[in-house]
Amino acid sequence: MSALPEVSARRRRTDVLMRGLLAAGTVIALIPLLLVIYTLLKKGLPAFSMNFFTTDPNGNFLGYPGGIRSAIVGTILVVALAALISIPIGIAVALYLTEYGKESRFANLVRYFVDVMTGVPSIVFGLFVYMVLVLGHVGGGFAAWKGSVALSLLMIPIVIRSSEVVLLLVPASLREAALALGAPRWRVVTRVVLPTSLSGLVTGSLLAIARGAGETAPLLFTVFGANVLTANLGQQMNTLPLQIFSDVQQASNALVTRAWGAALTLVLMILVLNVIARLASIRSRAS
Amino acid sequence: MTASGGRSGLERSRLGRLPDRVFEIGLRSLAAAVLLLIAYFFARLIGQSSAAFGHIGVLNFIFRNNWDVAQLQPGGACTTANDLHCTFGAWALVLGTLISSAIALVIGVPVAVATALYLTELCPRRARQPLSILVDLLAAVPSVVYGLVGLLVLIPQLSGFQQSLANTFSFLPFVGGQVAGPSYFIAGLVLAIMILPIVSAISREVISTVPSEHKEAALALGATRWEMIRIAVLPYARPGITGGAMLGLGRAIGETIAVVLVIGASTKLGQSIFQQGYTLAAAPANEFAEAAATPVHRSALFAAGLILFVLTLAVNIVARRFVVRGTRGRFGATVVFTPELEAEGQ
Repeated sequence: MSALPEVSARRRRTDVLMRGLLAAGTVIALIPLLLVIYTLLKKGLPAFSMNFFTTDPNGNFLGYPGGIRSAIVGTILVVALAALISIPIGIAVALYLTEYGKESRFANLVRYFVDVMTGVPSIVFGLFVYMVLVLGHVGGGFAAWKGSVALSLLMIPIVIRSSEVVLLLVPASLREAALALGAPRWRVVTRVVLPTSLSGLVTGSLLAIARGAGETAPLLFTVFGANVLTANLGQQMNTLPLQIFSDVQQASNALVTRAWGAALTLVLMILVLNVIARLASIRSRAS
Repeated sequence: MTASGGRSGLERSRLGRLPDRVFEIGLRSLAAAVLLLIAYFFARLIGQSSAAFGHIGVLNFIFRNNWDVAQLQPGGACTTANDLHCTFGAWALVLGTLISSAIALVIGVPVAVATALYLTELCPRRARQPLSILVDLLAAVPSVVYGLVGLLVLIPQLSGFQQSLANTFSFLPFVGGQVAGPSYFIAGLVLAIMILPIVSAISREVISTVPSEHKEAALALGATRWEMIRIAVLPYARPGITGGAMLGLGRAIGETIAVVLVIGASTKLGQSIFQQGYTLAAAPANEFAEAAATPVHRSALFAAGLILFVLTLAVNIVARRFVVRGTRGRFGATVVFTPELEAEGQ
């Protein structure tokens, strides 16, 4: 089939050049990731030790500054409470959108503002909770649960968006079959729609948690930070992002090393959440 | 269930329908609560900002370049007789936000679009999924970690690079001259990395909606791969990619912690992009503890937050318009979820 005219050398050169540029762009995009992973491992791993995970920051500027136990516990507690608030609300709103609201004007209005809310900077949510709950002295000043509220404000739109996508994937025939058997709508939702989309909902929720766990700005205004280990959500609490943020601004090698160690710990925690989320989404597609 | 009165045998009793009504109303009021929350939030933020705005007026607050924190005594009294010194004009912050975000777009968007084009059109099928996941992983790194890497790795490593850039391009306005370690440029670079995954993910989604007929037609007419991309893919995907870039802009404008750490938090407007600056998001995070004692200062920080809120809202609303047009459907899921699911849902 040599009847077709040859592609001219100039066009071929442009083609090769542009393809090369696009590939180079991809390589450039991967450099920051490699850089982050490399430096985190190189500077964070030396900080790891038994003491690092079993002691709290002691406020010493000279000598051993203490580990990050209270920060790990604090992050888990604050994020867990945020998840408890945001996941039920998020899934409920998504259920409203897919099962009841559908394409009604009100539902589309909610969708519109939820979309817009996903773009609101996290610091703005922090300012909001600071203004309403901290300055308003609702149950004292700074407190860990207020940080959870700030995080949940940021997580709710993420949960709604991801849940809605998954709920829409439930075949209408399943809903119709249940309705035809005489089941009321709420039982169709709780017995058919939710179980069918469970793994997808889990994926979305986990990604929202992973997003919330890394946030610093909303916690700054609400949890404020502390050194001691506490499980009391009514008090100020230490968290990993806050620990990193305060350590990195100190002119002390020991504190900077702790910041790297804490950063590596935080990234590993988020990575685990992401991997579990991906596995759950793979399972949901297999079934 | 026996038929009685006007009801047919299959109809549920009034009592039997009750849980359904309650369920629906409960869900609907929850959705309404989310809307009310945003409205309440907006109103409160305006209320808190009014002290700062009332001091010198909204326009002066935005366009006057004097963020005079040091002039205030605890309690809010002025240290100098000249009242103009005790005001908060946020121009240095506004401009800093715009400059750093613009640098982020200039660096980040071409790389993100190139990545998206390579992954959807050129990359071997088998490498596509793993590479996409790697690029998406950039979004999983917390902003404080980017700040850490920026402050402790990029700033020391790139000081020579910054200086040589400044010297080479000194003929451009706002480029030459003294180079500081932390700078608008470093902030823009870090922001570029941070917006890369979202811009790339949305571009990928948009590009994958280009009908294969268009692409095949271009190839059948003898176009090379790149010509196919230029003729068939890019024109079709342009609105969506524009929207994705604007969503990235929204992210860059609102990014706080990473920027606080690498921009230098200087209340004076830098003379060039290689000098220290400030942003709207950085100021509240950096100053809120010291501002607790002076109501005007605190109000000024809330006002900065309000401007930030309005700015991101506007950018996102415009971006949404573009992306919705680009994907002919709804967007947003990609930002937080796998694009494959979204594709299946269509």
